Amino acid sequence: MSAHVSTITTSVKSKDRAQNEPAVVRWLLIAVALIFLALFLALPLAAVFSQAFEKGLSVYLDALREADTMSSIKLTLITAAFCVPLNLFFGVTAAWAIAKFTFPGKNLLITLIDLPFSVSPVISGLIYVLIFGLQGWIGPWLQDHDIKIVFAVPGIILATIFVTFPFVARELIPLMEAQGREEEEAALVLGATGLQTFLRVTLPNVKWGIIYGVILCNARAMGEFGAVSVVSGHIRGMTNTVPLHVEILYNEYNYTAAFAVASLLAFLALITLVVKTIAEWKVRQQLENH
Amino acid sequence: MSIEIENVNKQFGTFKALSNVSLAIPSGELVALLGPSGCGKTTLLRIVAGLEYADSGRILFNGEDTTQSHVRERRVGFVFQHYALFRHMTVFDNVAFGLTVRPKATRPSKQDIREKVMKLLQLVQLENMATRYPAQLSGGQRQRIALARALAVEPQVLLLDEPFGALDAQVRAELRRWLRRLHDEIHVTSVFVTHDQEEALEVADRIVVMNKGKIEQVGTPDQVYENPATSFVLNFLGSVNMFHGRMSQGKAQLSGLQVHSNGYAGADDTPAVAYVRSHDIEIDRSQIDNSSIKAEIKNILKLGPTVRISLLIEGNSEFVEAELTRDKFQQLDLKHGEHVYVHPRQVRVFVDDFQI
Repeated sequence: MSAHVSTITTSVKSKDRAQNEPAVVRWLLIAVALIFLALFLALPLAAVFSQAFEKGLSVYLDALREADTMSSIKLTLITAAFCVPLNLFFGVTAAWAIAKFTFPGKNLLITLIDLPFSVSPVISGLIYVLIFGLQGWIGPWLQDHDIKIVFAVPGIILATIFVTFPFVARELIPLMEAQGREEEEAALVLGATGLQTFLRVTLPNVKWGIIYGVILCNARAMGEFGAVSVVSGHIRGMTNTVPLHVEILYNEYNYTAAFAVASLLAFLALITLVVKTIAEWKVRQQLENH
Repeated sequence: MSIEIENVNKQFGTFKALSNVSLAIPSGELVALLGPSGCGKTTLLRIVAGLEYADSGRILFNGEDTTQSHVRERRVGFVFQHYALFRHMTVFDNVAFGLTVRPKATRPSKQDIREKVMKLLQLVQLENMATRYPAQLSGGQRQRIALARALAVEPQVLLLDEPFGALDAQVRAELRRWLRRLHDEIHVTSVFVTHDQEEALEVADRIVVMNKGKIEQVGTPDQVYENPATSFVLNFLGSVNMFHGRMSQGKAQLSGLQVHSNGYAGADDTPAVAYVRSHDIEIDRSQIDNSSIKAEIKNILKLGPTVRISLLIEGNSEFVEAELTRDKFQQLDLKHGEHVYVHPRQVRVFVDDFQI
């Protein structure tokens, strides 16, 4: 009897999936994916680091310590420091509104949140030049009042905010929608205020989703080139962010310095990748515990 | 705490969820809102809780108008079908939540909260689960925690939305008996929504049968079962056989049988429908009186303690379903294809709703 049962289980096991491809096909597919990754991802990454350290560590560090480089790093950090909190606030509010309430114009809002993804970054930058530039709508008025937006730090921050605003909201909307509003309702019935409900019930439930969105938002804010390039004016030591500075160094045939600065962005990418993987895993857990 | 619902209307888009519903729930009772899905029972419960607002009408707690008060101020306990436990909090923190969110002035001390939570966990027999997370509990345990959490704020009324709907049959039966005992202990006015007639009959002091946004009947389990006010109530509580016929001189003429019906003495030559519950159909080998009808056994279905038999009435295309105890079935020694006599013990005639 027991032998009989065991043969049944094995036969079931070997046929537990309808699309059980032969091993060769499976390995071939995996190999193709891995080769592709190596060619287009690992190789360039390795090239960046080998070029950066080509002339030794001291040259690498000197390249980073150079005044214009330091100021570009500072500007990039300032930009991110403005963009990430603002987009965090916007993303959480928008996701909260979309996932938990029904209101007219909801679909329009969802479409608008996606807009920066579908518009070329160059256009995103150009919009700000058209509005705030000297030939723009309110450019002359700004000049009269001595307020600089385009070709200055505010313009860079504005363009970056525009480019990065979908990240947090896009991550949170599906998560919040899947979790429904029953827990919030339960909290309200138990006497919690709206703020208590948000802080003690909603926020912990989407914590990892927020971290995921923030890390992606941050990576993009620090790495954005196109939109920032249009509004920055490329003034060395003043309106150059790290990506723009890499381009300038490269165009000046200063390869070691260019790659040294680029390696900073590569580091950022690697850290982002690790945190993103952890966050993804945690988000899945939050959804499964539902 | 008594609840009065006065002329409540609620519309979702073009769908009328509740039309002019009025209901009085006396203090301390355990009331079931019973009806098929989409009948408006959950909407009514949510309006009482304050999670939804009525388009018109009033809700009164102890005679006091609460229609406009926020859900937070109503002091109701609400138990959700899918528990809605806070998944990132331990069982202890879940139960304590309603106490810890109070403003400082009315919040009990940490020690008091601790004592209260442990007492509630004892009440729901889960005192050793305090440090677990909801994901580590079974469905039945989660629902008991949800109940403890609702009771922690000492609600004036307890509202339960299909509380056992997501549980398997055995846990369900156990939990509803437990809920009944609990209610006998704490006597808080309770309303629970269910689509399961057995659950309502077993647990409730009073049953409110709802259909299409209206109340069909309110009564004790015995009243709604023994004296259904409408054909819908009769249909919904237990399995019934339907016979179409006509009224003539106060008697219903139905396929092969004649029934006296009291309520419709004046009705003459109007279409009528008679209902007989499956277990009110007796099967005999010989004709007892002139209400016996000859029929052929077409199908026999053994369902544990009862046996369901489908019979085809002779000279007719109508099927009759009879339910016998297993004893009776074995006594009669019925076989597939046999010719027997069926005899309805109790027939209820409704004239008003021939359109079914």
